[in-house]
Amino acid sequence: MINLTINGKHHQFDGDPDMPVLWLLRDELNLKGTKFGCGAGLCGACTVLVNGEPTRACVTSASDAANASITTIEGLSRDGSHPLQVAWEELDVPQCGYCQAGQLMSASALLAKNPDPSDEDIDTAMDGNLCRCGTYIRIRAAIHKAAQLGKSKPGSLATVPAGKDGY
Amino acid sequence: MQIHRRSFLRASALAGGGFLIGLYPKSSALAQNPRAGDASLLPSDFVRIAPDGIVTITARNPETGQLSRNMLPMMIADELDVDWKDVRIMQADLDDKYGIQFTGGSTATPNNWDPMRQIGGAARQMLVAAASQTWSVPESECTTASGRVIHKVSGRSLCYGELSSKAATMPVPALKSVKLKDPKDYRIIGTTTRGVDTKDIVTGTPIFSIDVTVPGMLYAVYQKCPVYGGKPISANLDAIKALKGVRHAFMVQSLLVPGKFINFLNDDPGLEPGVAIVAESWWAAKSAREKLEVKWDVGNWGKQDSEDIARRADEISKRPAARTLRKDGDVDAVFQSGDVKVVETAYVFPFIAHAPLEPQNCTAHYRDGKLEVWSSTQTPQNGRQIVSRVLGIPEGNITLHLVRGGGGFGRRLYNDYICEAAWISKTVGAPVKVLWTREDDFAHDYYRAGGFQHLKAALDKNGKLVAWRDHFIGYGEGETFTHTGHLDPNEFPSRFVPNFLMQASVMPLGLKTGALRAPRSNVYAWVFQSFIDELAHAASKDPVQFRLELLSAGPPAGTQGVMNAERMMGVLKLVAEKSGWGKRSLPKCTAMGVAFYFSHRGYFAEVAEVTVWPDKKIKVNKVWVAGDIGSQVINPGAAENLTQGAVVDGMSELLQEITLKNGGVVQANYDEHPLLSMSQTPSIEVHYLRSNNPPTGLGEPALPPILPALCNAVFAGTGERIRTLPITKQGFSFA
Ligand code: FES
Ligand code: FES
Repeated sequence: MINLTINGKHHQFDGDPDMPVLWLLRDELNLKGTKFGCGAGLCGACTVLVNGEPTRACVTSASDAANASITTIEGLSRDGSHPLQVAWEELDVPQCGYCQAGQLMSASALLAKNPDPSDEDIDTAMDGNLCRCGTYIRIRAAIHKAAQLGKSKPGSLATVPAGKDGY
Repeated sequence: MQIHRRSFLRASALAGGGFLIGLYPKSSALAQNPRAGDASLLPSDFVRIAPDGIVTITARNPETGQLSRNMLPMMIADELDVDWKDVRIMQADLDDKYGIQFTGGSTATPNNWDPMRQIGGAARQMLVAAASQTWSVPESECTTASGRVIHKVSGRSLCYGELSSKAATMPVPALKSVKLKDPKDYRIIGTTTRGVDTKDIVTGTPIFSIDVTVPGMLYAVYQKCPVYGGKPISANLDAIKALKGVRHAFMVQSLLVPGKFINFLNDDPGLEPGVAIVAESWWAAKSAREKLEVKWDVGNWGKQDSEDIARRADEISKRPAARTLRKDGDVDAVFQSGDVKVVETAYVFPFIAHAPLEPQNCTAHYRDGKLEVWSSTQTPQNGRQIVSRVLGIPEGNITLHLVRGGGGFGRRLYNDYICEAAWISKTVGAPVKVLWTREDDFAHDYYRAGGFQHLKAALDKNGKLVAWRDHFIGYGEGETFTHTGHLDPNEFPSRFVPNFLMQASVMPLGLKTGALRAPRSNVYAWVFQSFIDELAHAASKDPVQFRLELLSAGPPAGTQGVMNAERMMGVLKLVAEKSGWGKRSLPKCTAMGVAFYFSHRGYFAEVAEVTVWPDKKIKVNKVWVAGDIGSQVINPGAAENLTQGAVVDGMSELLQEITLKNGGVVQANYDEHPLLSMSQTPSIEVHYLRSNNPPTGLGEPALPPILPALCNAVFAGTGERIRTLPITKQGFSFA
């Protein structure tokens, strides 16, 4: 039996301990926001936060994540109110949109640690998140914008919803 | 577009109030009485105005990220004169009433520009008529704004919602008689609107094809032979069926004739042979597949190898070409005349894959001779046709739900994954989701065709291009090129050079090929605009100047099938101006390159500024894009996003190749077929030249020039010409 906290809510999983967190989230818990792109840790589409660290869910097994606290795109905020989501919407970042959940999660880990990143900081943090449609310029701009929004709303850059029931 | 020429407008009142106006496919009875019965008939495109003033518009084309979902509704809404915030967009499923539903070829804008505006304008006209009757004032005294009809003289106004029921009873204007706005009055066209799905995307809402779930659904993986045309002889099916979570495992034979030359789309077998594993979860199916052992009959292509192909192409290049595609003047006479400077070289480019980020997938449910499908496809009509053939059921028994796709780029023009899901669901008698691994996707694509171009050209003593010969060595059989692997005889600079010879030879190929964003142009631009750059340098002329001179030697504007040289010169001059071409002093190891290309009715010229370090690492500092896609850029924000994406996509293509070994594809994942990363992405400045031409698309034409512009910059900086792709073959990479 594996215990996990996902978006603030406790879960128990008694299936295949080798199952990657990606499929646990998508097919067992019906949290479809985390995406499958390469299955090999190469594209970043499946990025979630494990104890606050950006992690490729496709190469992280359920047993590796035992007792961890996981945040997915659904946990960033359900209503799109996290500064990153607001900025993403305002700059209309997506094209096909498929990579964006992973991009947002990597960006959220960056801002949680570094609330005012430079271009270089952003490039370093985001380089493992591929966008087949090439929306990088807008992603970078949206991270800067979210950093600004975050300044005016203290605490809004936190990535795990504190004290409220998860999804 | 044919579908619209056979259409007419019709209006009807809605139960509970409101008004619907739509474009209907023509049937004689209805054409005579646009309000007559037949409630079952539905419009192909429509506007519905509810009593609360909310306007709903259908989006009938599949969405795979080319941002067209807003664009057609924007055209309607502007002519209707409503506020964008009051517009709702509804995605249509596949249905014949919608006419052609297709995404590709940058066709959405040119095909819809007139009819969409006419629908909006007609609805507005009827609302004005309704208001003028209500108030008993002449229509000419009524104006519209923000979803209201206004009678200024009396200070009265009514919102569209209030007028909608009455408007439904007003005379329906004939399509052609609809009065359209003066472009200077546009309030939505030419103003950025945001993607309708953006909120769902940033909150992780399940809107993609891979997110579809159906009650009782099983999951499947499908193992095909690594070699095209191969089929399974036997497999350890019993052992697989005994694994945890596995429900079914079976072999599938297909309609595919091994080794037969197939011209997709029309002859696409849709279903290749393989082994299906169906399980309770996708992870269980995929894990079981790791234990699968299949004995394959690899068919005719088991020895195919990229190195052999290259050797063979080299031999062919030394022989006379198999056939001539175009001949103007006499190139040989010029080459032999002695008083010209001759430049001769060859360009080599590989197969590459589409690899949209969402792997191919489809959910299908076959029940009682009927099939229901949820998937993302750029060609739903083709998909339904192929599936009907594969399953042997009539097309009328197939329902296809169009779900958002995580990228298309041409890959989802082909519907093989839909056939697989349909077949497997029928076999197991349950709803099934087929999901490919990324490795499946790289191994079973419809690849952009590779090829070899042997070029020779002559410059006269004034440095003018006087002769051009091309021997293209591609793939195919006899007179037929492999699907989208052909060469257009009108390819630039044909008709701009007095002596022009375009010839071709083909080699057999056991690999599917297909359309990739800006088919053919995505690499022919690199070949021809690189070679033209070589000629500019050979003529000791500035690369922009040389191109302008070449363009002014062209046929008169309006010549059928040829790009308009004036428009191209316009964007070339604009990009030179914006980039400060020849006017800026550049730091050490830094240089600029230029290229232009005409494709999909769009005119694009691009300049790249690069710094190349001694270790051959290329830092792309900046890219300038100038495009002419007509009088209006309908949604400028989306246009900029797509154009920048096209540049990034083109840069990625400089790094990619698909090679063959023992008949199979070598590259398995993104590490071996890379995508550009954020840190490698330059700043990209986009400009549009608004010319007096109907608006056209830009998903594709913005891409081709970046490849040669960048390689031309590398030459300017290093003196080394990149003539083989990927650029890593010559030791280059992106910093
Ligand atoms: S799907 Fe996990 S990194 Fe690509
Ligand atoms: S928006 Fe399509 S992959 Fe990033």
